[in-house]
Amino acid sequence: MNKSLLGHMVRFVVLVLFQVILFNHINFLGWINPYVYILFVLFFPVKSSRMVFIFLSFLLGLTIDMFSDSGGVHAAASVFIAYIRPVFLKSAFGTMYEHNAIKFDKTDFSAKLIYIALLTLLHHIVLFSLEVFSMSRVLLTLQKTLFSGIFTILMISLLSVIFSRKTK
Amino acid sequence: MQQIVNFILRNKNFLLFLLLFGISIIFTIQSRDFHKSKFINSANVLTGGVYNTVNNISVYFNLKSQNTLLVEENNRLKSLLYNNNNTLNASKDTTNVNYKFTQGRIIKNSYTSSNNFLLINKGEKDSVKSDLGVVSTKGLVGIVDRTSSNYATVISILNTSSRISAKLKKTNHYGTLSWNTDSEAIVQLTDIPKIAPVKKGDTIVTSGRSSIFPKGILIGTVENFKLDAAENFYELNVTLFNDMTNLEHVYIIDNKDKEEIENLVNPSNE
Repeated sequence: MNKSLLGHMVRFVVLVLFQVILFNHINFLGWINPYVYILFVLFFPVKSSRMVFIFLSFLLGLTIDMFSDSGGVHAAASVFIAYIRPVFLKSAFGTMYEHNAIKFDKTDFSAKLIYIALLTLLHHIVLFSLEVFSMSRVLLTLQKTLFSGIFTILMISLLSVIFSRKTK
Repeated sequence: MQQIVNFILRNKNFLLFLLLFGISIIFTIQSRDFHKSKFINSANVLTGGVYNTVNNISVYFNLKSQNTLLVEENNRLKSLLYNNNNTLNASKDTTNVNYKFTQGRIIKNSYTSSNNFLLINKGEKDSVKSDLGVVSTKGLVGIVDRTSSNYATVISILNTSSRISAKLKKTNHYGTLSWNTDSEAIVQLTDIPKIAPVKKGDTIVTSGRSSIFPKGILIGTVENFKLDAAENFYELNVTLFNDMTNLEHVYIIDNKDKEEIENLVNPSNE
């Protein structure tokens, strides 16, 4: 238990640092950045307490907000996907979720990709609609969501492949 | 009573979600108001420290280009000094000696979101306060927002809530500078009267009406212009002299007479 707690804390800090120092400054084509920190929310163990999980996601988003002076947009988006996550776990992994036995290392890659893509896009929609904050700029919001979303999905899938433990 | 407790227990996750989501939305809305981003800003020990450490390393990578910039500015100032033309005399005018300049370094730059804030490595210890102007060697950068003892956040001109008074250098017609998020090299100048003879390529400078910036700080040149919907005022697209994407050294301007001016303008603020 203690070991996993330490692991989460390390992951939290490392992801925040990487996000604010590296990924926030990529600015591909001028403005496209991946938001890789949501890796923490996506692959948080399913079995742990949901309240703790939602609160940690909020804290994660708020830390990113503090670093990037963006008010509470990241916090809102992270809390949102943390709360809605079970729905997508169920639709992507099906029976495995029902039996409460998801190990992200052992799941099918295609199922994982769908799960990552859906939650990432949802996160980005909330993030950018709050960031742009105007109905007259829906197109800009969608454009940002799409391009940043693709970038994030790519990065997260890559990272999850690289860091997954092959236990076979 | 029992039922209420049961209800809360049953929906505790949802209620927690609503609470936290609500808090984030409040933070978001607050950050849109001028000077209201109370808790969540990067001018604190933790974030400032991290950015400062990283910047101490990354500053070496563009030493050369920054040196060139500084030499260019030195060059310009030297030529003003030795050519002894009118501009120099104007700057010796007694109205202009009341501005105190502090040099600082940008340790976090941002230009991709719609509300961009910069972080500089000067704070209350260096007598940097809220509402001071920030300029670079080439022109306008923004206005100081929040300060801590060692750091300060700056509302960039690339921020939808930024409003700065600016004028046409040639004819003194003035308007309001804002940003429509489309490009990080172009800002908008609105409320220029229709009668003003605007031409493409005209220089835009600060108007000196706001007691934040002295008169005549360079902003940019007119890219194109059109009449607004009511056909009474021009809307100008202004190409910035500054490249907002690679700012490094900046100067913070403190107007010593600011309090006096503000007391005069708003007598209700005692």
